[in-house]
Amino acid sequence: MPIRRNGTRPRARKLMSVATDSLGAAIAAPAFVRAGEIGSGVSFRDVTVTYGATTVLEGLNLEVEPGEILALIGPSGSGKTTALRVVAGFIKPSRGRVSIGDEDVTSLPPYARGLGMVVQNYALFPHMRVDQNVAFGLRAQNASRELIASRIDDCLAIVGMSKYARRYPAELSGGQQQRVAIARALAIRPRVLLLDEPLSALDAQIRRNMVEELARLHRDLPNLTVLYVTHDQSEALTLADRIAIMKDGRLNAFGPSRRLYHSPPSRFAAEFLGRANLLPVTVEGYEAGTELARTRFAGRVLLARPSPATSTGAKALLCVRPHAIRRAEASDANAFAGTVASVLWQGEAHHVTLDANGTVLRFAVSPVEDPPRVGADLWVSFPAEDATLIPEDANG
Amino acid sequence: MASGNAGLSPAFTLGPAPRRLIRTEAWVIPPLLVVAGVFLYPIVLILRQALSDDAGHFSFSQPLSVFRTAAFWSALEHTIEIALAASAGCIVLGLALALVLSFVGFPGSRFIARLIETFVALPTFLVALAFTFIYGSAGMLNEGLIAGLGLKSAPIDFLYSPWGVILAEITVYTPFVLRPLLAAFSLIDSAQIEVAGSLGARAGQIIREIILPAALPALLAGGSLCLLLTVNEFGVVLFIGAKGVITLPLMVYDKAIQEFDYPTACVVAIVNIILSLGLYSLYRVLLARLGGRRAGLD
Repeated sequence: MPIRRNGTRPRARKLMSVATDSLGAAIAAPAFVRAGEIGSGVSFRDVTVTYGATTVLEGLNLEVEPGEILALIGPSGSGKTTALRVVAGFIKPSRGRVSIGDEDVTSLPPYARGLGMVVQNYALFPHMRVDQNVAFGLRAQNASRELIASRIDDCLAIVGMSKYARRYPAELSGGQQQRVAIARALAIRPRVLLLDEPLSALDAQIRRNMVEELARLHRDLPNLTVLYVTHDQSEALTLADRIAIMKDGRLNAFGPSRRLYHSPPSRFAAEFLGRANLLPVTVEGYEAGTELARTRFAGRVLLARPSPATSTGAKALLCVRPHAIRRAEASDANAFAGTVASVLWQGEAHHVTLDANGTVLRFAVSPVEDPPRVGADLWVSFPAEDATLIPEDANG
Repeated sequence: MASGNAGLSPAFTLGPAPRRLIRTEAWVIPPLLVVAGVFLYPIVLILRQALSDDAGHFSFSQPLSVFRTAAFWSALEHTIEIALAASAGCIVLGLALALVLSFVGFPGSRFIARLIETFVALPTFLVALAFTFIYGSAGMLNEGLIAGLGLKSAPIDFLYSPWGVILAEITVYTPFVLRPLLAAFSLIDSAQIEVAGSLGARAGQIIREIILPAALPALLAGGSLCLLLTVNEFGVVLFIGAKGVITLPLMVYDKAIQEFDYPTACVVAIVNIILSLGLYSLYRVLLARLGGRRAGLD
């Protein structure tokens, strides 16, 4: 059963500071998702946040589809966390509207939005046991004891923490605390789950495990809409259906994860979403009989997927990921030469840096192959389908 | 493999530790002598005076005769009542002020906090004096009401009752609750409050279940300090001069300075000391059993 106190519209009242807006006092009736019901989408329409003369989020237009994981990524200060806090209700936008499902929540206080939130430092209540933490949101909604008990069991089981129900947060590891934080957020059956850099405080090994667990969690709860803020592109690529890349308070790039990775629309998107080799090329037109663009780099013809924004005769950047580059012969298609600048062995591969006509490229060589010698001339190539053109002025 | 010392020349081998001029334990003696001379010896003298008869022999006759007087029990009752009421008032007012100053964003909140804190630096009689100017029979408020409403006598006369003393002590000692609470609130992770809000909790539940448990040790510390200070408060009670409001410290003053009855004054002083130490012990027990665990500090 959904937890619903009454059917009245929440009465917004800004009582306290932005950071603690939740301390307001008003009647509210969060509309929680029924089990099995499709989650709610989130809609940003021209959302702008300014502090005095400083604009930290400008004209954000973004749609998060119901049931998807959308990752908001970007460097520090790019506005991604601000966008998430606008959805949570901790920041009121200076301009624009935010909707959850069909409901405009721009003026609603945080407690009336029906959201689950997990933050970087877990924010577990230290004086409450694990089960009391999980029950907190349900008690806030005056849920029945039976419902609270069953939800505690369900949610702790989902995150594999059932046997720790009677422990205090201080008695748990970082990874366990984050699982409890997720269970606490899920217990209220949120319309949208907001994850704000949830794995940043964990060490690398636990973070990898938690990414896998989050992926499993979403497979188990496919209707759950998740807005995931991170600066870690590998987390975003692993988990997200779609990725929004933020830069300087603006949306820089947005699209399905795979498409954004393979066909980044800007230099910034290409470089932020994994390593990218960017070769400065001149576009010569389409290759006859194909849908590939024909470009020239250091006197060699290189083929790549075209971009709608590039035109014949224009300068462009040819983006090719390190894993697509292979050692080649001069006679091979899409081959060009360079001088090996460095070779670093990092266990699973040798990482080679190549200076090709003044452009630095990076690629990996399998450890079973003999690594190239530093200073040697080397021919490399890449499949045309794995390369894409970016307009040279699209620096992000 | 060679042992660790194998390569060392004899000059680098460890010899016996050099003899210290003074044993470490001896450093406890100077501070102990100071404490004994400045604090313990006067208390011993008071205790001796309280437990001696006219011939100077050890006797309970003096305390027993004091305990048989109604004035002593009245003073004890007033002391405890005023201290409890004033401390409760300090806790309520201090908590409310701390919540507003910490969690309601308004311009000048830091200035207000600093202004309230300056009360700590002021002598306690100053507040009593200010109260006399404001609420006294010839104070601003009564003068205004008499002039405005055409009254014949001062309508407000609470100042010369226990309520006047309590109000003055609340004004003086609220900063002692406010300061630790502001410090405790500043340490609360704002993410906890935000997450609680996103989970559907409103102001009351957040204050009750998140903020207060985290601030409980500070609240206990501030409240206990208020209790200790108000139990021993002398200046405010004396300055206000409320009719019939005699507390233990005031009784000590009356007996010793005005009546030269030192044995009775010493007995009352010993009771006052026992009361203070008892409250302090209670505070330590409460902090250990309640505050530390609930705040996740132990």
